[in-house]
Amino acid sequence: MKLTTPHLLGIKDLQSSDIRLILDTALQFKEVLQRPIKKVPSLRDITVVNLFFENSTRTRISFELAERRLGADVVNFSASASSVTKGETMLDTVNNILSMKVDMVVVRHSASGAPHFLAKHIPAAIINAGDGINEHPTQALLDAFSIEQATGLLEGKKVAIVGDIMHSRVALSNIYLLTKMGAEVTVVGPPTLIPKYIDQAFNIKVSYNLKETLQWCDVANVLRIQLERQNQPLFSSLREYNLAYGITRKLLDNLQKEIVIMHPGPVNRGVELDSDVADGKNSIILQQVENGVAVRMACLYLLADRGGEHN
Amino acid sequence: MKTILTEQQISLIIKRLAFEILENNLALENTVIIGLQPRGVYLSDKIVDALKQILGGKAVNYGLLDITFYRDDVRSGLLLPNKTDIPFTIQAKKVVLIDDVLYTGRTIRAALDALLDFGRPKKVELCVLIDRRFSRELPIHPDYTGRVIDSSISQKVIVRWKEKDPATEVIITQ
Repeated sequence: MKLTTPHLLGIKDLQSSDIRLILDTALQFKEVLQRPIKKVPSLRDITVVNLFFENSTRTRISFELAERRLGADVVNFSASASSVTKGETMLDTVNNILSMKVDMVVVRHSASGAPHFLAKHIPAAIINAGDGINEHPTQALLDAFSIEQATGLLEGKKVAIVGDIMHSRVALSNIYLLTKMGAEVTVVGPPTLIPKYIDQAFNIKVSYNLKETLQWCDVANVLRIQLERQNQPLFSSLREYNLAYGITRKLLDNLQKEIVIMHPGPVNRGVELDSDVADGKNSIILQQVENGVAVRMACLYLLADRGGEHN
Repeated sequence: MKTILTEQQISLIIKRLAFEILENNLALENTVIIGLQPRGVYLSDKIVDALKQILGGKAVNYGLLDITFYRDDVRSGLLLPNKTDIPFTIQAKKVVLIDDVLYTGRTIRAALDALLDFGRPKKVELCVLIDRRFSRELPIHPDYTGRVIDSSISQKVIVRWKEKDPATEVIITQ
């Protein structure tokens, strides 16, 4: 049993058996992270470069911890402090790094498709850590892992994805993953932030009514409003967004059931989530971050098999 | 193919191993038992049952250890991990590791490395059902042995358990 793909470019390319393999392997790594010494030597012979052409806190730290806890050698690269500012192309940059014997590349880029481009041109295993508005596969995998930890197997679960669907790579990766694993998905948000025809493209439901959707779902994955990706105003003000689509304690208390609240971070407190919801009993936001390291260890472990061939 | 041990012999050996472990670890006061995943667990389950029976139902600290992440042949093909479950501390405890076959010694080397990530045991002992004594590649020796077998590298020794195989027996291929 191994992954059917040599890279992790998107959930789109994975089979449901790949997803199951990653989630099962992550469970064993979660146990490793509870040990007094949270480190195993499986990737001692592997060097990983973290190429971040776009800012990140959680994802970069999470990948770096995952790599170090597998015993890999780690090189970090951030575009703002590199020769990219002198006009070097991405391919030249990466080829220069690879000539120093690097086996795996974790890449985040603001251009959709950047990791796919690298996978075509360089002989290393590529992991997509977020590309533009396309995919963020490890986030969807850690979301799935966290849902299963909180509520059991994904199959048949009702998951609402709330907010800025249009600009969210987290939403797209989650939709691919959840539908492949047999969960039901409804996206909910203002019409300007939900792409037209998305329900027909993915076999999911669209709703513009937050309260109804929350009453329907088992899990609500709440997305960040991505002001940096909006080049025109898509709602009148953050205050108005909060009134219509922000999740408040009162809203949750009025439901006839308990639901799980997730958020990929960083949270805009008082916009998509109120503080007493983000920090409340329904929230598994910090467990998501904790699970992220185990899930990324699983991805690196399963993909490193190919990395070794290039030594 | 030849049967080396029958089910009846194996069940007698398991009782003997349990008594031998108790002889050196009276009442298991400061001793924990750890079975190696995946195949050693069938044996360790049975030894722990025997220990409990001898001790009159007293609880035994019993854990499972998977050594996949510590193997020295990780790049020879993808290996998938099994569950590790050690719900107690091994710090300053005596540990009895249990596996079905001791062959090259490489699995036990990996197990010792894995074990040390859980703490610093006072002592580690090794209990195996089969010791293929002329095949060792590392200086590792068992403390409790079911049966010693002199076999060549071309032969295979297979321990079968009726929980997952057709019968409980130990066989050797020619």
